[in-house]
Amino acid sequence: MATFNLNINGKVKQVDVDPATPILWVLRDHLQLVGTKYGCGIAQCGACTVHLDGTATRSCMLTVSMVGNSEITTIEGLSEDGSHPVQKAWMEVDVPQCGYRQAGQIMTASALLDKNPNPSDEEIEMAMNGNICRCGTYTRIKKAVKLAANS
Amino acid sequence: MSQQNNTIGRRAFIRNSGLAGGGLILGFSWLNSCKPKQVTEAEVLEMPKEWFEINSYLKIGENGLATIYCPNPEFGQGVMTSMPMMVAEELDIAWDNVLVEIAPYDAEVYGRQFTGGSQGIRTRWEGLRTVGASAKQMLKEAAAKQWGVPVSEITTADGVLTHEASGNTLGYGEVASAAMAIAVPEEVTLKSPKEFKIISNSKKNVEGKKIVTGKPMFGIDYQYEGALVAMATHPPAFGLKLKSFDATKAKSMPGIVDVFEINTYADDYKRNFFDTNAFTELVVVVGKSTWEVMNAKKSLDIQWEPISDYEYTADRFGMEAKIKVPSGLESSDAHYAKMEELASQPGQVVRKDGDPEGVFKTAAKVIERSYTCPFLAHNCMEPMNFFAHVTEEGAKLAGPLQAPMLIEGAIAASLGLTSDKVDIEMTRMGGGFGRRAYAHYAVEAGLISKKVNAPVKLVYTREDDMTFGIYRPSYQATYRAALDENNNLVAFHVKAGGIPETPVFADRFPAGAVENYMAEQWEHNSNITIGAFRAPRSNFMAGVEQAFLDEVAELAGKDPIDFRLELLDRAMKNPVGENNDYEADRLAGVLELVRDKSDWGAEKPGVFRGVAAYFCHNTYAAHVLDVVKGADGTPRVENAVCAMDCGIVVNPDAASNMCEGGIVDGVGNAMFGGLTFRDGATQQTNFDKYRIIRHSEAPKNIEVHFVQNEIAPTGLGEPPFPPVMGALANALYKAEGRRLYNQPFISDKPPLVG
Ligand code: FES
Repeated sequence: MATFNLNINGKVKQVDVDPATPILWVLRDHLQLVGTKYGCGIAQCGACTVHLDGTATRSCMLTVSMVGNSEITTIEGLSEDGSHPVQKAWMEVDVPQCGYRQAGQIMTASALLDKNPNPSDEEIEMAMNGNICRCGTYTRIKKAVKLAANS
Repeated sequence: MSQQNNTIGRRAFIRNSGLAGGGLILGFSWLNSCKPKQVTEAEVLEMPKEWFEINSYLKIGENGLATIYCPNPEFGQGVMTSMPMMVAEELDIAWDNVLVEIAPYDAEVYGRQFTGGSQGIRTRWEGLRTVGASAKQMLKEAAAKQWGVPVSEITTADGVLTHEASGNTLGYGEVASAAMAIAVPEEVTLKSPKEFKIISNSKKNVEGKKIVTGKPMFGIDYQYEGALVAMATHPPAFGLKLKSFDATKAKSMPGIVDVFEINTYADDYKRNFFDTNAFTELVVVVGKSTWEVMNAKKSLDIQWEPISDYEYTADRFGMEAKIKVPSGLESSDAHYAKMEELASQPGQVVRKDGDPEGVFKTAAKVIERSYTCPFLAHNCMEPMNFFAHVTEEGAKLAGPLQAPMLIEGAIAASLGLTSDKVDIEMTRMGGGFGRRAYAHYAVEAGLISKKVNAPVKLVYTREDDMTFGIYRPSYQATYRAALDENNNLVAFHVKAGGIPETPVFADRFPAGAVENYMAEQWEHNSNITIGAFRAPRSNFMAGVEQAFLDEVAELAGKDPIDFRLELLDRAMKNPVGENNDYEADRLAGVLELVRDKSDWGAEKPGVFRGVAAYFCHNTYAAHVLDVVKGADGTPRVENAVCAMDCGIVVNPDAASNMCEGGIVDGVGNAMFGGLTFRDGATQQTNFDKYRIIRHSEAPKNIEVHFVQNEIAPTGLGEPPFPPVMGALANALYKAEGRRLYNQPFISDKPPLVG
């Protein structure tokens, strides 16, 4: 066990956990931030995507000891009221079916748009390829990313 | 307008004791009492000070806001939006003034709370509208009393009651209290489709905001004071069971509370058809946090031993079924060899019209083709999990499941409680696809909570989830068709089977359209468990039948759509046999619609097209897929056009979403899906080996068209899915010049030459 001070959604949060604990479980079990989802635990599905200093990162393979002073943003920190352009676009296009993976999709999409405000279809596909949607909402996800890019 | 006898409406007026005493509801916290920080849509709208429970589906606030309870659990089909739309339509309330919550589980009040089999909308269509219409009638009568005017002179719109002659108006909230004292109407009148204002007008997902802001809503997110985390280990292969285990190390690890064995079903428990479970003896680790439990689970030292052949009886929809489970460690290679062997032997004939054997002997042309598919795992994105808190007083459970009624008995029996002491809360599900109709994990959670005497959340790892069983079976089908000298289809023969069940639908198209027809089936037992998977059996038969018909059309020198329409014309005008399970004109209708919308027949260079149409789960679907080859030659579906006939479409945009998803899922499973076995173990345990379709492999554009009619609605969760495999196979043939017979297509390689 060790104590870590983490920068999460603009606030410092202290946790006392095993240094090998992935951020995913720190968020879900210790900080009750359950918007970040568990899907595979091996960085294959993208459900656990958060921003680490603005870059989309799989939190299931990111241990708490690796984070240091980096800024972590989760879906709860993107905006609390759904006012972030990507969240708004997601609601406008009515993307979700089951909705379980959409937080991860939104985090990847918002990191993409921060770096590349006007991505092509191919760039969207490449950036989003690590995020599985089992319900198959890919065409709507692309529509929503483009809508957010234009807003 | 239609008169509706109001039995359902009257049952709805058994006010649900779970909601509040006396029918008057104050506040809004009952559903969320153990979930802190839940922000609901309700906070945005101005909340009423008082709620009046009109019936168990509906409460109205003094300010006119209404909360409608969705009776069926949600796993992405949008029932939480479409079902309340049906109530709101007949209630005549503005949709903006509606809040939605999931109903508590109470079969006596809410009937069949089962989301599955594409039956949700179909079975709720009359009941939910009747509930809305009954409430409206009571509100009208309350207003009539207050104004002293005949009820027939009162009209309603957008939550307002109007008496035109006197100019009086009242909001629903103002008479809701008085309406509670009105007798439930014996009969109500329902609107005709032409009068619909909410139904057939797209409404956004009522849970959209919670989803995009990451609110706790899934079972795995369930928060409860003092809850421990549990994980269970099952045998690493089918055909093995627990022998012994050493938990010394695990018990000494940080955060671990206990390690023990559970047995899901008592020996004398009579399983029902959804109590499918190969692994009933599990080693459980309970601890304080997920990560600690995961680590301790890995450190367990467990010995397994082979099972012997066994048999158990299960209740199969009221009938006793003997289930035989063979011992042994099975492999996919042996499965395919066995299926080939059984396919070459006579099967059980389940339908025969005319003289197929005779016609095949003398026909001008005969074609025979065989097809296979592998087992598939559902791979719901939210792994199986359940919360349980078992105390002396009873059991409180919460989590993702498609049908609480199917597991309530098993939970009660395993805990030694009566069913009335078992309370099950239905959470939103991260996918279902049929898998969560088999909620053994809820029984496991209950047993674990009882043993540790604490609230517990049982969570499956992805590996636990993928290797536990309850898969789509592996199937094989052989088709034969005979053409006369004028290229008319004169005989058709399907023989199919699977491990461990047959996929054959004896009375489905082209049965009824061919004079000489035969359907045969066979089965081969296995210890690998299977379960309903999005459009069971159809998810294989549609694709292979439609791929075969494409080949027959080619042999006949006919356009594939014309060829199918010709057959359907026969089935309409002069059907063969009496039990055909489809309506030929509606199947022809979706084919014609997809032909027109896709501009079928227009040649586009570099675009390879395939078509398929199928009927299942009371709904008709037809697809045209366009395959285009990438720079490296990899084929990809560029465009999909889909035509559906599911009767009235309750929520059109959400319905399109469902069809789009079905098409992506169909392309994905046909192309990449597959679970294979060696020595009883799955060779895929996570998404590194089990390939799920990704963004860059999905169709780029999907267009969905609905046949416009006024037929009572049927389901959409399953029907768009099965024919996709056929349309894809037919398009890939055009692109590659080679027919594909074995799914997944990615591994259906051409035979080595030389
Ligand atoms: S849970 Fe991290 S990528 Fe799947």
